[in-house]
Amino acid sequence: MVEHRIPENLNEALKLLYHGDYQVMAGGTDLMVQRRSLSDTPLDFPKNMVYCAHLQELRGIRKEAHRVEIGAMTPLEDLLCHPDVPSLVRRAIGEMASPAIRHVATLGGNIANASPAGDTLPVLYLLDAWAELRSLAGSRMILIRDLITGPRALKIHPEEMLTKIGIPEMHFSHETFVKVGGRQADAISKVSLAAAADIVEGKVSDLRIAFGAVAPTVVRDETLEGAWEGATLSELKVGVWRLLDMYVPLIRPIDDQRSGKHYRHQVALNLLRDFIESLSEPTSEPGR
Amino acid sequence: MANVNFVLNHTPVAVEGGLNRRLLDVLRTDFGLKGPKEGCGEGECGACAVLIDHRIVNSCLMPLANCEGKDIVTIEGFSETERFTVLQKAYSECGAVQCGFCTPGMILASESLLHANPHPTEEEVRIGLSGNLCRCTGYNMIVKAVLLAAKEGEGLW
Ligand SMILES: Cc1cc2nc3c(=O)[nH]c(=O)nc-3n(C[C@H](O)[C@H](O)[C@H](O)COP(=O)(O)OP(=O)(O)OC[C@H]3O[C@@H](n4cnc5c(N)ncnc54)[C@H](O)[C@@H]3O)c2cc1C
Ligand code: FES
Ligand code: FES
Repeated sequence: MVEHRIPENLNEALKLLYHGDYQVMAGGTDLMVQRRSLSDTPLDFPKNMVYCAHLQELRGIRKEAHRVEIGAMTPLEDLLCHPDVPSLVRRAIGEMASPAIRHVATLGGNIANASPAGDTLPVLYLLDAWAELRSLAGSRMILIRDLITGPRALKIHPEEMLTKIGIPEMHFSHETFVKVGGRQADAISKVSLAAAADIVEGKVSDLRIAFGAVAPTVVRDETLEGAWEGATLSELKVGVWRLLDMYVPLIRPIDDQRSGKHYRHQVALNLLRDFIESLSEPTSEPGR
Repeated sequence: MANVNFVLNHTPVAVEGGLNRRLLDVLRTDFGLKGPKEGCGEGECGACAVLIDHRIVNSCLMPLANCEGKDIVTIEGFSETERFTVLQKAYSECGAVQCGFCTPGMILASESLLHANPHPTEEEVRIGLSGNLCRCTGYNMIVKAVLLAAKEGEGLW
């Protein structure tokens, strides 16, 4: 029979993961839907479950030098209102679900669920965010874009737990997160774009682009981004079609019940074009 | 078998075992609380909403295990408060109740919003209610009711 355990602390949770075949339950907003069955029937989980949402060691937001660290079990709503959380992350969360979901859904759960449509993922890829994975044997850090290998597939060992997310501090003169979906409270993204640029003295000093829901994992290509570094703003704008062309082969959406692939492809490119066309020379540069 | 302990409508309770049961089923079956209802069963409609530590949560997605140590209030418990009376009056004045299926969830969504933000704008009210579906009213009356309650209940939140 499957075991269900509520550990008192992180160490106890890690022991369970180390010695037995356990799966982590965080807020449950993905897991409870995935395993949903009849009313008034306990949910049928294929593995032993360790319930971790309450573990204080895994909750909270801490500002460190040049980065912010977020406990994996921190509910999304807490991030939404927190001044130390990067604005792009808050923007993405503001586009997610409803308050009732955000009060329990966690940042760690959005990452570990590894859905191609997970809305924090494009932003976390863009910001070079990393995850701390911990087991009884120790801990390691890995970039989130290296952690996720496919839909619901992660480079995480069965005895490891995602404990912390680190987000480096960055400055952009322009940033955006756009999500195209249906009714927000339950809309799974059809396409999303996180994009940021730092325009300094008329030149592109940083350009970052990440698409969600258009391929098995988030699409971010640093080589393509880097090709525009040092270009003037007008070169970038004139070259926007060349830039879009570079992304054409990377955007490989699927047809599913939410949307067709041609629609997704075109919308993704339109979102990027809109962002590039919206760029302008920043007039004042607060915080520099 | 482990107990899960929490406070339900201001009374400490212990539920034995079934950590993988949904809070919604525990409330309706074990405690006979029929205010929370099953609409969609997957987090999209808000009919099953309860307050956990003052914040709206969908009980259909809440495993019992995650309730340990929490303060849980259903519409039955909330209806004993003065804030409920203000919301009830505002809902009734604005015609915000028709069939009533969504109403317990809507009221708790209103309370959750006003608890965090006593003076919401119309836009903020719409966001606060965005997880609750209503098939009857067309929402505008409910939004009006929440804005009215915020005014009439000044100082309560
Ligand atoms: C109505 C509704 C609307 C939604 N809207 C959106 C939306 O707009 N955008 C969006 O991106 N998502 C949305 N979701 C999906 C979901 O809410 C999010 O993905 C959420 O962040 C998942 O977090 P959780 O804590 O609930 O995860 P859980 O369901 O608890 O876990 C998800 C997965 O991650 C694993 N896991 C969780 N935490 C850890 C950890 N610390 N270490 C290792 N593994 C872990 C679990 O084992 C499980 O496989 C929605 C869901 C619902 C029901
Ligand atoms: S029944 Fe829980 S949200 Fe619909
Ligand atoms: S009043 Fe009927 S669903 Fe809202």
